Amino acid sequence: MSTPRRAARRGPRRFTRRDLAVLGVLLGIPILLDVAIVWGPTLASIVLSFTSWDGIGDIHWVGTKNYENLFTNYPQFWPAARHNLLWLAFLGLIATPFGLLLAVLIDRGVRFSRFYQSTLYMPVVLSLAVVGFIAQLVFSRDQGALNAILADTENPTDWLGDPDLNIWMILLAAAWRHTGYVMILYLAGLKAVDPSLKEAAAIDGASERQTFFRVVFPTLRPVNVIVGVITVIEALRAFDIVYAVNKGRNGLELLSVLVTDNIIGEASRIGFGSAIAVVLLLVSMGFVVTYLVQEIRGEKNR
Amino acid sequence: MTIDTAPAPATTPAAAPPPRRRALRPGRLGVHAFLMTVSLAFLAPLLLAVYASLRPYDETSEHGYFSLPKKLSFDYYQQAFSDSGMMKYFINTLIIAVPGVLLALFFASFVAFAVSRLRMRGSIVLLMLFTAGNLLPQQVIVTPLYVLFNRIPLPYWMSDSMTMFDSYWAVISVQVGFQIGFCVFVLANFMRTLPQEILEAAIVDGASVWTQYWRITLPLCRPALAALGTLQFTWMYNDFLWALVFISDGDKLPITSALNNLRGQFFTDYNLLAAGSVIVALPTLLVFLLLQRHFIAGLTLGSTKG
Repeated sequence: MSTPRRAARRGPRRFTRRDLAVLGVLLGIPILLDVAIVWGPTLASIVLSFTSWDGIGDIHWVGTKNYENLFTNYPQFWPAARHNLLWLAFLGLIATPFGLLLAVLIDRGVRFSRFYQSTLYMPVVLSLAVVGFIAQLVFSRDQGALNAILADTENPTDWLGDPDLNIWMILLAAAWRHTGYVMILYLAGLKAVDPSLKEAAAIDGASERQTFFRVVFPTLRPVNVIVGVITVIEALRAFDIVYAVNKGRNGLELLSVLVTDNIIGEASRIGFGSAIAVVLLLVSMGFVVTYLVQEIRGEKNR
Repeated sequence: MTIDTAPAPATTPAAAPPPRRRALRPGRLGVHAFLMTVSLAFLAPLLLAVYASLRPYDETSEHGYFSLPKKLSFDYYQQAFSDSGMMKYFINTLIIAVPGVLLALFFASFVAFAVSRLRMRGSIVLLMLFTAGNLLPQQVIVTPLYVLFNRIPLPYWMSDSMTMFDSYWAVISVQVGFQIGFCVFVLANFMRTLPQEILEAAIVDGASVWTQYWRITLPLCRPALAALGTLQFTWMYNDFLWALVFISDGDKLPITSALNNLRGQFFTDYNLLAAGSVIVALPTLLVFLLLQRHFIAGLTLGSTKG
């Protein structure tokens, strides 16, 4: 304990001029990049969301008009927001617990566990764009495998074309990928759990279920936090898969799709697109800040 | 009977019965049945895509994808390669992802080294700046970047569009800028687990910051860098949005985004599309199967702190 304190007291004199140059350049470039690519544009998005800019002409300040239009006058907005929330609920309440269940089963050391683990994890390495195309093979109306399995030839269900149904099918496809991701994170967490904890619980007469929920699960807290953040971020970022299926139209609207449509479409309503992006930002910031507060606390305890 | 066969089991080790008994317990069997069902369900869509890609369109349009094959061939793969020039798109992906991964790892490892190993003021702020940046939704930063890249001029030898927009530079810089955050987070966590004494000895010997980073810390991080590099490569390879927004010339698209074009060209022929999807998925699947250990380590490095 005495060495670090001494090092800290030595303070600024520790670095030679050459050290400072190295630090300046190699910290400077990534910080500059992070500000230019991530934080600067985030602030710019917030500013632009109060303008009616089309990307070419002058920038006109319009106050909160974009937001008013967004909430009252833009029919796609509420369905898209609902879909994002549904996405969050589906991943959080179904896919994530399912991933945890698979991790717990595999962690009990069953035979073939490597096979199970690899197979369940495989979809994670696929691009969501590819997942979107595979979803079309499974769910397409006339030739899709699902209708063939259901022997539904008389009056085939249009799984991806029916705006009341398609979001659920896409959620299944997204969960296909999410479950494996969650499973691998929990598997790593479970491996790190001290086995003597479980033994102690067993000696005290706890059932397997009690041991899990009272002893093991609480020690998984760091993993739970990470999984929670990933789930929220995935749900809010969701884009590729619906874009690959039908460009996010006809029942598959998402906030991310609306942003993209408004800025790269012919209309190029940059101010308006930014307002949608800011809504997305506010929702995710709520979760990100919670997470960061926890991280900082952990950092201080280190 | 039993007496006759009694001497025989003597040769089998006494340990043999327990596993068999364990395997036969109904609970275990149920777990296996469940895991096997789920595994097969997870594999099925992939196998279906491969199966569809091997069959002629006429056959599947008549009988559906879920039917027995009359003819199997690799024709669609050949067609996907020759007609849509997939090789070109693969090269585009490499032009973006290789420098992207290397730069992200290099810069992130230095930042991680600085925040976790040097006793600097503001380390936590720096760490948060990067980590939080990676958690923002991509669409929040897309619009200003689109405008910005359109206004940054580049000489002709760097970009034939004369701006940063519609050039590889745009996609590379976004990939690096965005992914540095995740890499810093993971590497800082990893570097914290390294013994501080090694560095302290080096400092006593008068090692410069660069030596402490490049000669002492980085070699110890090799496993973490390999894991993270594998993961980052698949992420950059799989990315869809950046190229879609920042590149307008179809010939410059990386493979994942180009798949969308393939769809536009042959939108009726799902079997060709299946072949395209398999081709696009193959490199990441291979990376996964060959480097599974690294890949999983990369994901979990950040989540469980040592």
